[in-house]
Amino acid sequence: MYDPTVARLTYRALLGRRRAAILFVLPVLLVVIAVAVRAFAGTDDQVASDVLGGFALATMVPLIGVIAGTGAIGPEIDDGSIVYLLAKPVKRPTIIVTKLTVAIAVTMVFSALPTLVAGLILNGNGQQIAVAYTIAALVASIAYSALFLLLGTVSRHAVVFGLVYALVWEALFGSLVPGARTLSVQQWSLAVAEKVGAEGAIVSDVGLPLATVLLAGITVAATWYAGQKLRALKLAGEE
Amino acid sequence: MTTIEIDHTSRWFGNVVAVNDVSMTVGPGVTGLLGPNGAGKSTLINMMAGFLAPSTGKVTLDGKAIWRNEAVYKEIGIVPEREGMYDFLTGREFVVANAELHGLGDEVARKALATVEMEHAQDRKISTYSKGMRQRVKMASALVHEPSVLLLDEPFNGMDPRQRMQLMELLRRMGAEGRTVLFSSHILEEVEQLASHIEVIVAGRHAASGDFRRIRRLMTDRPHRYLVRSSDDRALAAALIADPSTAGIEVDVSERALRVQAVDFGRFTALLPRVAREHGIRLLTVSPSDESLESVFSYLVAA
Repeated sequence: MYDPTVARLTYRALLGRRRAAILFVLPVLLVVIAVAVRAFAGTDDQVASDVLGGFALATMVPLIGVIAGTGAIGPEIDDGSIVYLLAKPVKRPTIIVTKLTVAIAVTMVFSALPTLVAGLILNGNGQQIAVAYTIAALVASIAYSALFLLLGTVSRHAVVFGLVYALVWEALFGSLVPGARTLSVQQWSLAVAEKVGAEGAIVSDVGLPLATVLLAGITVAATWYAGQKLRALKLAGEE
Repeated sequence: MTTIEIDHTSRWFGNVVAVNDVSMTVGPGVTGLLGPNGAGKSTLINMMAGFLAPSTGKVTLDGKAIWRNEAVYKEIGIVPEREGMYDFLTGREFVVANAELHGLGDEVARKALATVEMEHAQDRKISTYSKGMRQRVKMASALVHEPSVLLLDEPFNGMDPRQRMQLMELLRRMGAEGRTVLFSSHILEEVEQLASHIEVIVAGRHAASGDFRRIRRLMTDRPHRYLVRSSDDRALAAALIADPSTAGIEVDVSERALRVQAVDFGRFTALLPRVAREHGIRLLTVSPSDESLESVFSYLVAA
């Protein structure tokens, strides 16, 4: 279910494009914010939790997920170069699973790792906050990658839809409207963080069992469906 | 022996019919798929390549359905028309990746690059390649697994004459080896130089099929129309209509020209300058008024 050649092409496509610059900018921004907050406000567990929850988990992780998830397949479908993968005796689901693996790895490296670094800077992992948010970011990376990879497979405007989802749904509604929170990758991963962090340090609207089921369910379903879509992908001629 | 069979196949997009009830068999040797732009050639090739499902009918490779069947790519090599091809790789990296996807190694990639004579530029990024070089690297990527079927969509587009000759030679060789080679083109001369067998597609329909002599005859035997201006149109008209190669002449007053319809193309083109010289008439304009490929093809459809 994993093809090293597909993976190599995907890594190079993801990290070689100009879009990849955002992959570096956001983590740097997070660390800069962490350093600034620490310098001006000192060590404060609540502030640390606010920065990691409000910026890292609510904004940065989904944005990195959009870039890595859609970027792992969308541009290839757009410019037609995907034919060189499709015209091979390689199972289409293998292509999807490989691309998903790459997208997850990239999202984790560019979102979970900086989250840990920022957390350590903010309060030195007091109340397990840094580790909790890092684990939440890791878990969210998987679900976002699967979701946005599917989006990249089915839509030519995947980045736009992905950004709308990430910014409007996850960041805005997910933080403000109670009902939307139940259907938000952010809240599901917060449920995981809640369990890891010290008692009462992190709160999620969703219970851990439900969150786990939803995270796993959405990942598996999105990946399966993307594989089906790729099997039936029509490369229409330009006539 | 590998044969692609297209059996009463149609393909529509929404309510536009791109391919309309086409049946044909493509066997070993070089086959040219000829038709004007937008005739449905790419749609047909995409169905043969497994990139598009037929709306009705069947497209099979030695009896096995091509759509949703990854195993057929062990037999098929594809040279797409589109340019997207991992521009950030070097030519060699690209061909090696294609070989690896077939479960093959560097050696076959090296051989394929040698076949298309691209070794000199193999370590340059594809983004720096000319159109002809891209075409050759695409070709190399399609040859790594020595496929028994090769499908090429407008392979000569953007190639200079030398590259064109080279590719033609290569395709001819592959056809002679018993591979099934199918390429599409909208240029009759291209097809006629290379293909032993020609299939003509016009407006989604299978218009003609056969060797190039038959197709050529169908195309040249049609009535040709010319617009002629001379120093004495009426005298010229009178002299031309006396010959059986001329079927009709109209004096177009507003254009101040003659509209001539010729039936025997070869004879008429020899007749016109001779008649003009004999009668001391100067020819000012001789232009074919229906030489557009569309009209040639629409004549074929009617035939």
